[in-house]
Amino acid sequence: MAILSAKAKPFSKGKAAVVVSAIAVIAVFPLIFTNPAVTEIAIFALMFMATSEAWNGFAGWSGYFSLGHAAFFGVGAYTFAIIANDYKLPAGSGLFLLMPVAGVVAMVAAVLVGLVALRTKRHTFVVITIGVFFIFQLLGYNLSITAGASGLQVPTPYNWNAATFNNPFYYAAAILLGFTVGLYWIIRRSAFGLQLLSIRDDEERAKGLGVPVWRVKLSAFVISAFPVGMAGALFAFLIGQIYPNTVFNPLFDLSWALMTLVGGIGTIAGPLLGGVVLESIQQYLNLYLSNADIYLIVYGVVFLAVMFWMPRGVVPTVGDALRRRRGARSASLVSAESGGAGTAPGAGSGASLAVVAQEGGK
Amino acid sequence: MTALLEVSGIEKSFGGIRALNGCTFTVEKGMIHGLIGPNGSGKTTLFNVLTGYENPDAGDIRLEGTVITGIGPGKVFRLGVGRTFQLTRVFTRLSVLDNMLIAAQHQHKWLRSALRSPGQGGERAKAMELLDFVGIARLAELEAGSLSYGQRKLLELAYLLMADPDVLLLDEPAGGVNPTLINQLADKIKELNAAGKTILVVEHNMEFVMGICDRITVMHQGRALLTDVPAAVRSDPRVLDAYLGGTEDELEDEGLQAGAAQAEGGSK
Repeated sequence: MAILSAKAKPFSKGKAAVVVSAIAVIAVFPLIFTNPAVTEIAIFALMFMATSEAWNGFAGWSGYFSLGHAAFFGVGAYTFAIIANDYKLPAGSGLFLLMPVAGVVAMVAAVLVGLVALRTKRHTFVVITIGVFFIFQLLGYNLSITAGASGLQVPTPYNWNAATFNNPFYYAAAILLGFTVGLYWIIRRSAFGLQLLSIRDDEERAKGLGVPVWRVKLSAFVISAFPVGMAGALFAFLIGQIYPNTVFNPLFDLSWALMTLVGGIGTIAGPLLGGVVLESIQQYLNLYLSNADIYLIVYGVVFLAVMFWMPRGVVPTVGDALRRRRGARSASLVSAESGGAGTAPGAGSGASLAVVAQEGGK
Repeated sequence: MTALLEVSGIEKSFGGIRALNGCTFTVEKGMIHGLIGPNGSGKTTLFNVLTGYENPDAGDIRLEGTVITGIGPGKVFRLGVGRTFQLTRVFTRLSVLDNMLIAAQHQHKWLRSALRSPGQGGERAKAMELLDFVGIARLAELEAGSLSYGQRKLLELAYLLMADPDVLLLDEPAGGVNPTLINQLADKIKELNAAGKTILVVEHNMEFVMGICDRITVMHQGRALLTDVPAAVRSDPRVLDAYLGGTEDELEDEGLQAGAAQAEGGSK
């Protein structure tokens, strides 16, 4: 509830402490866990936290579920590989500077996709984005610049120290995550963010109140392609070899949607929580059990469990529970006089306003 | 008296049904203008056309001489025509205050909205003032979805006022609202009218309409049957025909019963 309120809330000490300690943990993690297998899992976790955040920043806030964002991931990956190869760029940390370039190219792709797909309404939009995604994958298989099914080799910095080889990738992923969260934190508190949420609740009404819904939808869509494209570039650099089916991977979108829904759609923290937990599990299962897609079974179980017990996601449900507990405690201190304003929906209806049967939420 | 809103020859069909069939009338500035008529006579369709939610097949609508048909609901709102819906449409998952701030978004350059936080420049204060005006200021922090039906109606009225529209189109403001609140609502509407706003109101509650309106237009089968002062409308035989196809006595009864039923429905 309160998480969804666009009013900038005072940044509480507890929240600040969580953010600072999260930054500290992320900063020192690879210095403590030096096993490359572990840091590799961490890189993927950070990458999927960032991309889930971006996915949520469009889909969660506008109500338009995109199942085509993986197209922008692939565009970012191919942009990275093609530029690095064509200009024979030296394999080294300088290549990380291509990430924003890949992000911008992904944004250009998103403008083109958005101009078509966003003309449709919700359910049609989902189907259109799936279709658009497969068009991109087909292009990956058939264009000459992507080298079709044989894929592209990406320069690998073989001269890096083997023991700390993953660390530059790790910190690049961490910076990507920090940037993405910061970006969406700002958007969430801006008037633009409020306009986006008004589209989620009732697009026609928002339009009727003068919200420029078309421009807001399109720009939110395009903005969300930027971190996703950057993640694609990082992925290409890390893996060293890309194929149409590994970077234009339809399971990415399902992962982002699932991570967001599990953590709490429409919240800042939800996709981060969903991303770190689910992606870590997935990578762990991939590495230690087998290369099979066992994680899909785990995803299915987690998804059912969350939808059944906390349909709004972990963050809103737990947040409300905590707030209620705190509310109950302060209410018992203040005595029953004030009655914890804001906790009970409908409790505020005064004597003059009889509570007429609630019209079910639109 | 000058004409503020001129509706001329509006036609609108849905499939084979002619919802509006050459509807023509004028709303004068500073009036509380009622729009009545039996169910299916085209009142809500006319509202949709008036506010740009639907484009008419023929005819046009002028606001102070400027044609406003076909320009879309956002622009109509910017030009100063705000409307409420028969079934309220508030942003259920946003707080009451945020609902208010959404209606102020059109006043800003779009690109700058990305860097501006909502509610700056006195908007928040104005929102609270208007919430206070309709009497729900204490609910500002609640999620709009948790409001009762009547409170949502008040919120919808309040957020329209954020944009300071010249014309307010109210679609059944008293429908499903209890009698005490109806009286308050009537007072608020009169107050807004006294402050210079022109109001066009669709309503089935005859008592309410007759009580607050300066002019009433009766709609029948997609046309404006007549426009006159309440007393004249009440006794016009054509109106009785439109509603009942019957006699004057029957209308009186029906009108009162409808009013009573509405009031009862509201207090449930």
